[in-house]
Amino acid sequence: MQNAVKIHVNGEERAWRSGTTVADLLTELDIKTERVAVELNLEILDRAAFGQRQIKDGDRVEIMSFIGGGSF
Amino acid sequence: MTDDRLIIAGREFKSRLWVGTGKYKDFAETKKAIELSGADVVTVAVRRVNITDRSKENLLDYIDPKKYTILPNTAGCYTVEDAVRYSRLARAAGVSDLVKLEVLGDERTLFPDTAGLIEAAKILIKEGFIVLPYTNDDPIVAQKLVDVGCPAVMPLAAPIGSGLGIRNPYNLKIIMEMIKVPIIVDAGVGTASDAAFAMELGADAVLMNTAIAGAQDPLAMAEAMKYAVHAGRLAYKAGRIPRKLYATASSPIEGML
Repeated sequence: MQNAVKIHVNGEERAWRSGTTVADLLTELDIKTERVAVELNLEILDRAAFGQRQIKDGDRVEIMSFIGGGSF
Repeated sequence: MTDDRLIIAGREFKSRLWVGTGKYKDFAETKKAIELSGADVVTVAVRRVNITDRSKENLLDYIDPKKYTILPNTAGCYTVEDAVRYSRLARAAGVSDLVKLEVLGDERTLFPDTAGLIEAAKILIKEGFIVLPYTNDDPIVAQKLVDVGCPAVMPLAAPIGSGLGIRNPYNLKIIMEMIKVPIIVDAGVGTASDAAFAMELGADAVLMNTAIAGAQDPLAMAEAMKYAVHAGRLAYKAGRIPRKLYATASSPIEGML
């Protein structure tokens, strides 16, 4: 039985299931793993770790990618 | 000029015009403008993925990383910590170790915080990044950036997006003479003659975004910039005539009546 947890993804609070991995979250959000970087509680993850790292209650996940930009 | 290649940190670049990918109407226009500019280096920013609207397309579906060198930047970072964090995220997103490092000092001018820039460059170079720093037109800072291991330096021509052109050609010239790594003039170019001027001064490349994307016809301006950078480079290599106060006739006196 998977329990409901609350996490923050890209600054937004979301209900999620415990016992799942970062890879599961990306799949659920329909995000391809190539060309994204994932930061879990300020730790940048290796892409190879997406399938192993469990998501826990209160986790803060940042999913980053490239967008158009020159300078700012 | 087939042998006139730009080499930075062992990488060879075909084009001396580098372009940003911001401010275009859509990705199709971005792609077309980049093609017309002939640039083979394109800068991108690192931002949160839109998780609520997944229908949004990805820039890299249009800009093939196999065809272009993707140069992630740390645009919008005002602290060393942020610039380092964004650089690490860019590398983790999997393009390369290259980063165009920006540490901004002020929102109104977007001038770089050069002390923070040097500090961030040191940290990132220690971690194996190839750091291309966006800096002021200050020769001493440029040298310090080289001293900490930057393989190229990117001084501004004028404030980002200002279109003011080459505001301080003398400082830029000093940087080009003093600094022994490639100099890429970054930011402030407004039109083609600005880009040609930067190249005539001896810049190794020019990086721009707004001058193309913000033009009334971005595609035409992209092409204009390609020729301007090429012409400026050729003129620099050709060696211009000295400036003189008085005329020198270009037709002979001999044979006149």
